[in-house]
Order: sequence, then C-alpha cells, then structure tokens
Amino acid sequence: MLTQEKTTTIEQRVRAFVADNYQFGGTAATLADTESFLGAGLIDSMGVLELVTFVEDTFGVRVADDEVVPANLDSIAGVAALVRRKLPADEGARRAG
Amino acid sequence: MCGIAGFHGTPDWDADHRAVLAGMVAAVRHRGPDEQGCFLAPGVGLGHARLSILDLAGGRQPMADEAGDHCVTFNGEIFNYLELQRDLRARGRRVRTGSDTEVILHAYAEYGVRCVEEFNGDFAFALWDKARDRLFIARDRMGVRPVYYTRVGGVLVFASEVKALLRVPGVRAELDPVALDQCFTFWFPLAPRTPYQGISELPPGHYLVSEGGQVTVRPYWQLRFPDAAEHRAGPRADGRAVAEELHDLLVDATRIRLRADVPVGAYLSGGFDSSAVAALVKTFTDRRLCTFSVGFESPEFDETAQQQEVVRSLGTEHASVVCTAASIGAAFPDVIRHAERPVLRTAPAPLFRLSRLVRDSGFKVVLTGEGADEVFGGYDIFKEAKVRRFWARCPNSTSRPRLLRRLYPYLPGIQGQSQAYLEAFFRTGLTNPHDPFFSHRPRWQSTAATKAFFSADLAASLKGYDAVEDLRGQLPADFGRWHPLCRAQYLEACHLLPGYILSSQGDRVGMAHAVEGRFPFLDHRVVEFAARIPPRLRLKGMTEKHILRESVGRYLPPAIARRPKQPYRAPDSQSFFGPAAPEYVAELLGPAAVARGGYFDPAAVAKLVKKCRAGAAVSLRDNMALVGILSVQLLDHLFVRGAAGLAPAA
Repeated sequence: MLTQEKTTTIEQRVRAFVADNYQFGGTAATLADTESFLGAGLIDSMGVLELVTFVEDTFGVRVADDEVVPANLDSIAGVAALVRRKLPADEGARRAG
Repeated sequence: MCGIAGFHGTPDWDADHRAVLAGMVAAVRHRGPDEQGCFLAPGVGLGHARLSILDLAGGRQPMADEAGDHCVTFNGEIFNYLELQRDLRARGRRVRTGSDTEVILHAYAEYGVRCVEEFNGDFAFALWDKARDRLFIARDRMGVRPVYYTRVGGVLVFASEVKALLRVPGVRAELDPVALDQCFTFWFPLAPRTPYQGISELPPGHYLVSEGGQVTVRPYWQLRFPDAAEHRAGPRADGRAVAEELHDLLVDATRIRLRADVPVGAYLSGGFDSSAVAALVKTFTDRRLCTFSVGFESPEFDETAQQQEVVRSLGTEHASVVCTAASIGAAFPDVIRHAERPVLRTAPAPLFRLSRLVRDSGFKVVLTGEGADEVFGGYDIFKEAKVRRFWARCPNSTSRPRLLRRLYPYLPGIQGQSQAYLEAFFRTGLTNPHDPFFSHRPRWQSTAATKAFFSADLAASLKGYDAVEDLRGQLPADFGRWHPLCRAQYLEACHLLPGYILSSQGDRVGMAHAVEGRFPFLDHRVVEFAARIPPRLRLKGMTEKHILRESVGRYLPPAIARRPKQPYRAPDSQSFFGPAAPEYVAELLGPAAVARGGYFDPAAVAKLVKKCRAGAAVSLRDNMALVGILSVQLLDHLFVRGAAGLAPAA
C-alpha cells in the first residue's frame, strides 16, 4: 500500500500539471481534489488527450482507450486513483516519491 | 463601397470643423480610395471616401438633391436601384444620374424614413434633411455594412469605423469590460454595444434619427420565424415546389448583385455555398467570371482540391493565395487594426490576404456564399443541437448519444475522443431542453472558459454580470414559440453573423483593400422566404441545407453538391510562434505589457505563451484564449494607447 505521504505526492503532481496547463495559475480558484475539470471549464476534447499524455509520461503507465472516461480523468482524485490502480504498489511508491 | 463619416449639431471644437471632418474621412480612406468629399452646413458635416462602382462619373458624394434640401453620404449598394428609379420617375421625380445614391435622396423625399423598407441592399448611409435639421442614419437589414456613433458635447458623430470617431476632439477609446466579457463568451459584443465605452453601433435593420438635440434609434426590419405550431398545422409543403421558388429567388438575388460598372468576381472556398453562387453567375449570365480562393500550407485546413474541381467544372479564371501560419501571424496586427474588435480565431487573416489578391487582380467587387449556413441551417451547431435534443428525450439511452460521433468529422480532437467523454462534453444543458439557449450552451460554456485569463481587477468589475442573461433580455417576445432549429438559426443569423462573420471576417478585411463583398443568400427576400420553409426541409435528418441543395445543387459537380459542410478554419496559436514568430507577439504578451493593459493576469498569460511556444497548445480553449488575448493587447496598443496614428484626439 502507498503511504498517505506518497499518495499526496501523486495528487500534488497532478495538481501542478492542471495548474500549469489548464488553470495557468490565473484567477481560477484552487480546485478541490474531487472537483470536476469539465464542470470547472478547464478541459475540452483536446485537453483530455493532454492529460492522458501527462499521466503516461509522468507515471510510466499506459492508459487504455476504455479507461479514458470522466470517472478516471475528470478530477485530481480520479486521476490519482487511476495512477495508483495502474502502478504496482512498490513501483507506485517509487515513482510517486 | 465606401467609407462615411460626419456629425450633427454645433461642435465647440477648437479645431476647424472641415479639418476634423477631413481627418475622419482620411481615417476610412482605405474603404474608398477613389475620391474623397466633404459637405458642411451650419450644424452638420458629411464626409465620404468613395470606391467608385456605379455611375463612375455621376456618383460623387456627399450628394445633394437639386434644390439642396437633402444631402447624403452613403456606403454600400442599393441593388434594386434600377427598379426604384423607374418607380420614382413614375411618381414624377426627376432622376438625374445612374447612381443608386441619388435613389436614396428621392426615396427619402418620397417616403421619409420608411424609404429603407424599399431598399434591397447592403448599406449604411446618413442623410441630412435641411428643412427639419434632421440627420437620418440607416443600416441594412442583415448588418453587412457598419456604422458607429457617439455623442460628444451634445454633437452626434458617426462613421463607418471607430477609428474615424477617434479623430474627433473629445472622443477616446477605452475598452469596455462588459464587451470583453461578451467577446470572450460569444465572439462579439452584443450590438449596440461595441468594444469601446461610450461608442455604439447602429444595430442591423435599425435607423437613427437625430433631431432637435434628441437621438432615437428604431428597428425597421427584424428576422422572424413562424410559431412551431404553424409548421406542424400548416399544409405539408411540397419540397419540389419550394426548391423551385427558391431557385428563382436566388437567380434574381444573384442577378441584381452583378449590377456594377466595374468587373465582378467571386470567392470560391471549395464548399457548396460559394460554388453555388459562382455557378449561378456562370449559368444565368454570359459574363466571364474570375474566382479567388485561399489555400493553406497545412492540409488540415486546405481545400484546394475542391476549389480546383469547381474551377474546372465552371470554367472560371482562377487565382489563389496560399497562407502559411507565419503569413497569418504577420498580417494579424493589420487585421485587428481593421476589425477594431477582439477576435478569438485567426480566420479573418487569410481573408485579409485574399482581398489583397482580389484588389491586386483589378477587382473591386466579389460575390460570396456568405449567409447560406445561417439562413438554410448549414452549421454543425444545428446538427449538434438536434442530436442533443433527441438524446435529452431519453437521457439514459446508450444508443442516442452515439449520434454525437457524426458531428464534427473534421475535428480530430472530437473524433479521437472516447464515447464517455463525448457524452460528458455534450451533456451541458441536456436536462433543460426548454432553455432558449439549449443549442448554444456547450459552445458558449467552452468559449467562456477563456475568461479564466481575465485579471483580478477585470473579473471583479464584472462580478455579477452574466452575458448570456444579457442576451436573453434581447430576445424577441415570440422566440420561445419558434421551432428549435429556428431559435438556433436566429442566434447565428442575428448575432454571430453581423457581430463576427460579416464584420471581422467580412466587411473589415474586404474593405481593408477596398474590396466589396456581395451576398446573394443574404438578400432579405431570400432570408424571409427561408424563414418560412418548414425546418425539416432545411435540416433534413442530418443533411444540412437540404432545400438549398435541392434548389441549386444541379449546377455543381456531384461531389461538391453532396459535400458535407467543412467550416472555414485557419491555424491559430501556431501562427504566432516558431522560427518565423513575429516580434510584436513577445512584446505584447510579455508580463510588463500584459500588466500595463490590465485586462489579463500576466502570470497566467506567461504560462499560456510558454505552452503555445512549446507547441503544446492543442485545445480549442487554449487557442481561443491566445488569439483573444493577443487581439485585445493589440487593440490596447493601437487604439487605447494610440500607436500607429490611431491616437485619440487630445
């Protein structure tokens, strides 16, 4: 199992990516972990593809076509959960750190 | 086609009135490089920059009648002027010239302000009635030709373009936060609002009367559709008879738009609409026809193969200009100087280059297919709304949202998307099919995401403002009773068309090189006829513009006649970065310039620029934001801060 500290680190990375690439650190309020990217107007059709590329490159996992669904990719918590599911526990702990 | 300018009232300017008026005319000289003229009388000044198209010798302006009772400055064309001349002569009026300008004078003398109802044309004019000391300004029904106005010191000043108003002492350009909000939601400000505080646009189909120190603005024409119940209850229209009636109307709309004492060319995009117009010219006249096209270096946007197919089929003489991303970036500041409003796409830039090709080829007038999508239901947003509405009737259906796959076949971002995400994107507003804006919610929501780049100050000044609610307040009273397709068409035809398509992408980029566009599909007889056609004949199943294809598709090569809508697009953020990046981009998007403007958050813009520079800005939102921000920065630089000779008068 990942420790709480490591889990938070995955989420921080996702949050940083979202802030730099979707929010741009502008006037948008800080996102809650469970807040919908779609609902907040942060993401459009191509934005999802950017997010998939980020996940694959950063965490060394492959996201299957049938995993590209809002349940997995529409919030910081959702993305982090997807990453955790796809990484072996020890690998996940190493990469997340 | 021309530029107009003037004032009504007694100015207290220190400067010589004639010099101010001449300065205003000079600011719109690009619209009419052939001749310039001014008329001054106590309390009134009319100026004109002329592009000579009809009665080259006798059409000088401003034009007064024989008695000197009325004087007019006129931008545009009255296409039915020959018929009106005949009618006016029959009423005993002595028509001296072969110009349509004189027809306006006689028609006003005969009918007063209701004269506009007689005109079939694209026009903006100002007419001074000496006896009443009244200035009468009118604009065409669909908003092809622009006219702006403001009041300063009790004096009404008007012009074809805002830059002419800025030549008047006391008129300054300040960007209006509400207009920015609207532009970053709809792509345009809601007329009469303009991007500039205190400066108004006369809305399409309206006239203005300045008399006795009072200014009143009234509509004389508005697009209306029958109630949906009338379509259902009325006799079942015979599609073939409708197509034939439409055919004859389109032939006539095209015929009267060929009236000119100079050669008339045509644009060819490679799509159905412009091809149909060119085919009507070739089929029903014995004119030699020259056609003009834009091509793109990038195959994603290029339609050269389709254009060539039409050229071969119709036997036109053809010329084209190939646009690269770098050429768009280089032209963009000029485009914004002419457009005078924010744009969120670069699409006007290739058309700016195209009008230069037309002008360099010796043409002043081109026919185009503009307006067919709005009038006959051609845009994908109409299909999108139809699919979403069908889905909304059974929101838990798994089969209905699969139709979303048939939308936007030319957008790889949409096509590459999973079904779950497609549904998530298009689910916006699905639970409220009675919403008057059901058709446009996803688009506006997606565009409005660009407002995240607004500075804290700008966002604070807009707190509580909702552009969509503002638009709701402008809807016609019977809007809610129209068929859903009619509602969506109204929003496109009465807002996007004049606010963006005919202005930033039409009049402005054409007139930048003194090229006049003429649009047979926007003949008001065609527009009114189409509004009465049952919606099922416009969007038949998922075939857009069905009745138009039935009507004039016979004149086109089969592949073009059947070709689905391919929207005109151009490279966006990639036009401003890379090895040939224009210098002004780094300058205007740098943190200091962004902070100085005060419209956007400098740190957010810096991150967006970094992303674009890396070639990673692939989403629609990022592209719209980058182009929109750059265009506002250019407006601030050119108009507010007054670079490039556009300084507000001191």
